[in-house]
Amino acid sequence: MIQLENLHKSYGTGSTEHEVLHDINLTIESGEVFGILGSSGAGKSTLVRCINLLEQPTSGRVLINGFDVTNVQGRQLASLRSQVGMIFQNFSLFQQRTVLKNVTFALEIAGVAAPKRIERARYLLNLVGLEGFENRYPSQLSGGQQQRVAIARALANNPSILLCDEATSALDSTTTASILDLLHRINQELGVTLIIITHSLSVARNICDRIAMIDNGRIVEIGDTEELLSHPHSDILKTLVHNATIENHRHKDISSHDSVIRQDKLAIEDSLIREAQ
Amino acid sequence: MFATLSEFFAEYGELLFDGTIDTLIMTTVSTILAYVIGLPFGVLLVISAKNGIHPNPVIHTILGGIVNIVRSVPFIILLVALIPLTRFIVGTSLGIPGAIVPLVITAAPFVARVVEQSLSEVDGSLIEAAQSFGSSTIDIIFKVLLVESLPSLVRGVSLTFITLFGFSAMAGTVAAGGLGDIAIRYGYQRYQYDVMIAAVILCIIIVQIAQVLGDIIAKAIDHQEK
Repeated sequence: MIQLENLHKSYGTGSTEHEVLHDINLTIESGEVFGILGSSGAGKSTLVRCINLLEQPTSGRVLINGFDVTNVQGRQLASLRSQVGMIFQNFSLFQQRTVLKNVTFALEIAGVAAPKRIERARYLLNLVGLEGFENRYPSQLSGGQQQRVAIARALANNPSILLCDEATSALDSTTTASILDLLHRINQELGVTLIIITHSLSVARNICDRIAMIDNGRIVEIGDTEELLSHPHSDILKTLVHNATIENHRHKDISSHDSVIRQDKLAIEDSLIREAQ
Repeated sequence: MFATLSEFFAEYGELLFDGTIDTLIMTTVSTILAYVIGLPFGVLLVISAKNGIHPNPVIHTILGGIVNIVRSVPFIILLVALIPLTRFIVGTSLGIPGAIVPLVITAAPFVARVVEQSLSEVDGSLIEAAQSFGSSTIDIIFKVLLVESLPSLVRGVSLTFITLFGFSAMAGTVAAGGLGDIAIRYGYQRYQYDVMIAAVILCIIIVQIAQVLGDIIAKAIDHQEK
């Protein structure tokens, strides 16, 4: 369980102080797929970076499984970070290391012995569907394959939480769907809590159990995905849902093969047919 | 003048060969020593920078200041000004050892800047990713920054070598020997242009080799775009 209590984050001091997060209160249950939705600059990235303390909150507390981690340092911080995996929009793979060495690096940092590292890395690469790619370099892989390596690396030390920072934003829709499938499997089979940052409604709808809508560093709305997307209260989410509907119509016009929005499309087609009748 | 090339080489071949060896020793040894000093400086400059892993304005400003001051002194002046220090360190201000001290002192801050440049090219998101699975500052320096920038660092080594190669010719003026010394003594002082031209051709060949070798190695170890 992750609890964020009265979390504030500001950059700068005095007259240049700029508040990025304002009084965030949030509880994410173990095993949940939790979406953090918001436009760019809303504070989503800063918010999840407070969970693994890549960003130090200005005030407030971060609790993981009831344990206050807000001010941990040194070895405790390293141990916290090995328990919280993270993947990124641009994959952030080490370009001068092979696929296998990208994964073993995370194990090396956690102090796993060399022979065990390779065994574990091979198991993980198998899990994400990249057997046979061990000795390739990231630049030789497609975006989707690179994100799979990043997922294997993030899972290296058996984390209970995986933070996904716009993990599919740099990918096309088919690849997005396959990465979301993989993340879903990781959640179901390994019981890893997923925190999904996204600006995309279709990603949120596709995978998240619950969503928090962030705007200007504040949580403006929070609830079950379906409930929230069918009955948005805040203006910002209403606008987002409205725009996505228009977008879906446009996709239909150009007969897109977007598997993520296929269901939405079918629903719209249904209603169009009904209207025609 | 000489009737044939073979006669020329019979007369000056050994001189030019020895000069080439002296130049290579001077340049190689001072490049290595300049990295021993300059590399840690470069690393510290990067990690203490405002957006570095351990921002420290005081250390950053002091290091940057030292680097800038030493780099502002023209080499020919440094060469003379450092004579007492050179005597203190290696016992003489003459010959190859006498040239190496000023060469290292002038090159170390240059190396610091070259290394700083290479390490700054490493994508900040890689550092964040490394931190996300618990890497310490030392891990990030040795396993991320230096590993990811290795091709660029290799290019920096050949750049430093070539720069020091040029400076080593000036060091010839403190009777350090080498190709620069030969070119000045025979070409400038004795008007033996053929010897000078031969020395210059050798210089061109060495610089070309250093550049091409650096490029080949850097390309071979770079897996970023293949």
